Amino acid sequence: MSLFSEATTTQSAKGVSSRSAGRKAVPNKYTTVSIPQPLHQKIERLIAKKPGFKSVSDYVTYVLREVIAMHETKEVPEPFTSSDVAEIKERLKALGYL
Amino acid sequence: MAAPPHGGTLVQVRQAASDSSGFGGFSESSRLSVDADTEKTIWNIGNGVFSPLKGFMGESEYYSVIEQMRLENDVAWTVPLLLLTDGAKEAAAGDDLLLASANGRPTAVLSCDGSFMVDKGEYARKVFGTEDPAHPGVAKVYNGPSRALSGKLTLMARPDYGQYGDCTLTPKETRVLFAEKGWKTVVAFQTRNAPHINHEYLQKSALSLVDGLFVNPVLGRKKPGDFRDDVIVAAYRALIANYYPSDSVVLSALHYEMQYAGPKEAIMHAIMRKNFGCTHMIVGRDHAGVGNFYGPYAAQEIFAEFPDLGVSTLFFKEFYYCKRCAGIASEKTCPHSEEDRLSFSGTKLRKMFSEGEVPPKEFMRPEVADAIMKFKEPFVV
Repeated sequence: MSLFSEATTTQSAKGVSSRSAGRKAVPNKYTTVSIPQPLHQKIERLIAKKPGFKSVSDYVTYVLREVIAMHETKEVPEPFTSSDVAEIKERLKALGYL
Repeated sequence: MAAPPHGGTLVQVRQAASDSSGFGGFSESSRLSVDADTEKTIWNIGNGVFSPLKGFMGESEYYSVIEQMRLENDVAWTVPLLLLTDGAKEAAAGDDLLLASANGRPTAVLSCDGSFMVDKGEYARKVFGTEDPAHPGVAKVYNGPSRALSGKLTLMARPDYGQYGDCTLTPKETRVLFAEKGWKTVVAFQTRNAPHINHEYLQKSALSLVDGLFVNPVLGRKKPGDFRDDVIVAAYRALIANYYPSDSVVLSALHYEMQYAGPKEAIMHAIMRKNFGCTHMIVGRDHAGVGNFYGPYAAQEIFAEFPDLGVSTLFFKEFYYCKRCAGIASEKTCPHSEEDRLSFSGTKLRKMFSEGEVPPKEFMRPEVADAIMKFKEPFVV
């Protein structure tokens, strides 16, 4: 299967797992950002009326992800070179796509 | 322009030098046999379908995904990408393992950076939302191994898509193709079925809003009773040749095994199509679902949690032929009851085809039905 892939061994193990004794602790990856109190209160009032956000932090994270994604989208170059393009176009023509 | 790759980079996994192909340098204990589905996953990682991943997930990435629906770098990701092995195979960080297909073909080298045990119940609950073994994804998890090996990959050979090589494009190729066609907006259609009329209307409704349509049927292991892969491809070729403007649609296969993870898999479907360069994604009724495990529109609702996904979604209700409307309608546009709808269960459709009976044109285009009927056994048995 694809996302949850399986493999079988052809021979017995040779090494020892570095992490076999239970779950590895996932570090806390959150930090604190200060925002003006009136803004915090506005968001609290907003999310009280709007389902889907559990906290002000949830709301702020959501909005910032949206904004940051817009900026990141503008900065991404095409992931191929001009020589890639020539080679790919030949294959696409051979396959009848172009 | 095409959608930027997910996470900002279209991964192109390095291919080992040609003289390193084969088993040279790898002892028996450093080889791992992978099944055909895993081999396809490796190729998908290799050509960027799963960008930004460059290999199989480690433990902290895994927990980040199942708990936060995010990679550790905050990029949206909803279903773990794991290489599971049976309990006998362990590998230490720093080991190189040769991953080879069941017939011995070297596929890739895994630069192992660790391993961990997966709690199957936790995986099932957090990914599928159920531990019910009647769910095919859950059953697969419970019946499979639980040790996950992680690490980056180096490919040992170019992917071989066999008879589908002429209709399988990589993300790099689709991006060039879309640019050549002048498409700035491209909508992806995920399917695992031969096309009915309702699929066609879904696609054409979406196409009316964008420059191009990317039909991307999933080929791979399916359930008995599903259409065979070659039938799906032939049926779509017939539909496109007869009913679509040639400059508005691209057909390319995706080699991937469905997870049936409903909403979470819908997000993954969008991520994969984003990597192919699609700007939009069609999400219909019960997308990627199975049985009654998910609400009919749960796969649409989950997208609200991902404002940074980078793919615009086009949500549709189900289309069908309504006898009273005398045309194609949807739950949104038609006020009539289910008795007025022309619909066929999979069982009825299989019976019709097996008896040489052509479905009515209100349900399936005659050319599509003809293409299907050329196959002696069009369904997976």
